[in-house]
Amino acid sequence: MSGAVHTAPGATRRLPRIPRAALPQIIALVAILAIDRAVSPGFFDIRMSGGRLFGSVIDVLNHGAPVAMLSLGMVLVIATGGIDLSVGAVMAISGAVAATLAGEPLAITIGAALLIGLVCGIWNGILVAFLRIQPIVATLILMVAGRGVAQLITGGRILTFSAPGLSWFGGGSVLGVPAAVVVTAGAIVVTGLLVRGTALGLMVEATGGNARASRLAGIETRGMTVAVYAWSGVCAAVAGILAAADILGADANNAGLYLELDAILAVVIGGTSLLGGRFSIGLAVVGALIIQSMNTGILLSGLPAEFNLVVKAVVVLAVLLAQAPRLRRVFARSAAPPKATEPAPARQQGAQP
Amino acid sequence: MSRLPVIVTTIVFLLGFAVCGLHFRHFASTRVVADLLTDNAYLGVLAVGMTFVIISGGIDLSVGAVLGFTTVFLALAIGPWGIPAPLAFVLVLALSAGFGAAMGALIQYLDMPPFIVTLAGLFLARGGAFLLSTQSIPVNSPVYAALVGFRLHIPSGGQIPLITMVMLLVFVVCGVLLHFTRFGANVYALGGSRSSATLMGIPVARTTIRVYMLSSLLAGLSGIIFSLYTSSGYSLSGVGNELDAIAAVVIGGTLLSGGVGTLFGSFVGVMIEGLIQTYITFDGNLSSWWAKIVTGALLFAFIAFQQILSGGVLSSLRRTSAPA
Repeated sequence: MSGAVHTAPGATRRLPRIPRAALPQIIALVAILAIDRAVSPGFFDIRMSGGRLFGSVIDVLNHGAPVAMLSLGMVLVIATGGIDLSVGAVMAISGAVAATLAGEPLAITIGAALLIGLVCGIWNGILVAFLRIQPIVATLILMVAGRGVAQLITGGRILTFSAPGLSWFGGGSVLGVPAAVVVTAGAIVVTGLLVRGTALGLMVEATGGNARASRLAGIETRGMTVAVYAWSGVCAAVAGILAAADILGADANNAGLYLELDAILAVVIGGTSLLGGRFSIGLAVVGALIIQSMNTGILLSGLPAEFNLVVKAVVVLAVLLAQAPRLRRVFARSAAPPKATEPAPARQQGAQP
Repeated sequence: MSRLPVIVTTIVFLLGFAVCGLHFRHFASTRVVADLLTDNAYLGVLAVGMTFVIISGGIDLSVGAVLGFTTVFLALAIGPWGIPAPLAFVLVLALSAGFGAAMGALIQYLDMPPFIVTLAGLFLARGGAFLLSTQSIPVNSPVYAALVGFRLHIPSGGQIPLITMVMLLVFVVCGVLLHFTRFGANVYALGGSRSSATLMGIPVARTTIRVYMLSSLLAGLSGIIFSLYTSSGYSLSGVGNELDAIAAVVIGGTLLSGGVGTLFGSFVGVMIEGLIQTYITFDGNLSSWWAKIVTGALLFAFIAFQQILSGGVLSSLRRTSAPA
């Protein structure tokens, strides 16, 4: 987190720069992958079939792509001290638009889907920045109404399509890597360059840290706010396209259902404070991977899928306890030098109050 | 000034009802009114708990999941586990109250945002419901039959079943609790300003824990109502109901930033949501998704209205103030 702040414009983010703050997340990801490997010995096997890579790890990346996309937008919104509850609904809308226009040329299909995401994002941004509505409430409006709009577009049915262009996002691949992974990786790189290669990221953090001070310092905080919500809308639209292409259909009821919560979770697991002021895109993506590795692991282990939510709840609680400001203080006092909060002592402390 | 949103909400409801009454024959009858109350009884009880939480400056995302868990638990307890229904009710209420108290304690003692803690609660309760059973389980119990059969007949065809009476009673009792007791005053103080409340010597920790405990307890009660309403238990019941409850509370004039709101407003908010649903049912040609769109539009209208009232928009346009 702090490493990210110090990254100078243009500086490449080399691995040794992130570590200290990133350690807990990396350890968690490695641990979960190790558990996955233990329950399913073939977890790391990758094979090539029909010009496309297959394997559990590829599955994690492929199915983790939508949540990674969402958390990519969400992390910037949260960095400004906001939150975007509408991303799941925006996914449903953009999927519905893409499926409806699947017969048109690909550029129109994708363009329209992205445009609707952008519009949704700008709407949220205006509510937050100009009408000064709390982010939770502002995005709640679209969260409630958005799914209705999506159903309106699909006419309440699950719209299926078979257009090769749109289907590529679900079944296609580039050099064997699934298209969804390529698209998401591309978006991560573009966003990373955009916010960390320029001063944009710093301005986003400044807006979240102290909007008033930032404004006095000459940062267009309202513009920044609208921009991050707009970007979150576009990311959600991409996620919607990926999700629709994955099942070759738009399901207005279930597409992206509760994914906003997963995305927020990914960002929080990635150590980004919900209070805003700082962020790490890389760690948010790691957070999304942690969530997906967990989901895939539970599937592979043969445990009923119903365990998924309970495990997720336990992980959220563990992360909460590890990050709790009060516990950090207690822990820092009792053991001064090692700053990394380990979940184990944290959980013991948590049992007391 | 602070009463104005509630008054506007009430006028909107009455106008809406009048429009429906003119539009559809037989709409303005005690039967429709009674059904409006009955069909939204579980939502009303959820909204009561949510009102407390939101006025205290928090939010509770777990209530829909607690409702779902409760229905499954009751169906299993009364059916396969052979626990008498009254005992099952007590058990499930104790369980949900404990659940809420635990969430409140986490929020209070760990300084964590209520949003994330109750999100974990949502996962846990919904996951717990899935673990119990993913089937829809019918409840066949003489107690249920008796409770469902107990209804009050009112003139010209309307019927008030037990669950509606419970809902109305919850509104009255909690209305007294919120508006006429020290606990209620503390809830407002907490939402107004947490640090001021602490400095004034208000028992912040105790109040926070009790607010979430009350919300979960009422979510459990709402689960019992839902279970009686459908005579079954299903792990997916109540999905998204936390949103409906939040929307009803906001439409009812309660500020999501805390400190301002009334229980009566939430009641009207629930009734407005019910009215939209009833309108769609009566019309017969409208699709169900219009309910979501209209609710969203109403949410926007009411929130924008409140922002204008509180001068937020004007001052933000005039001064160079920060985004919220």
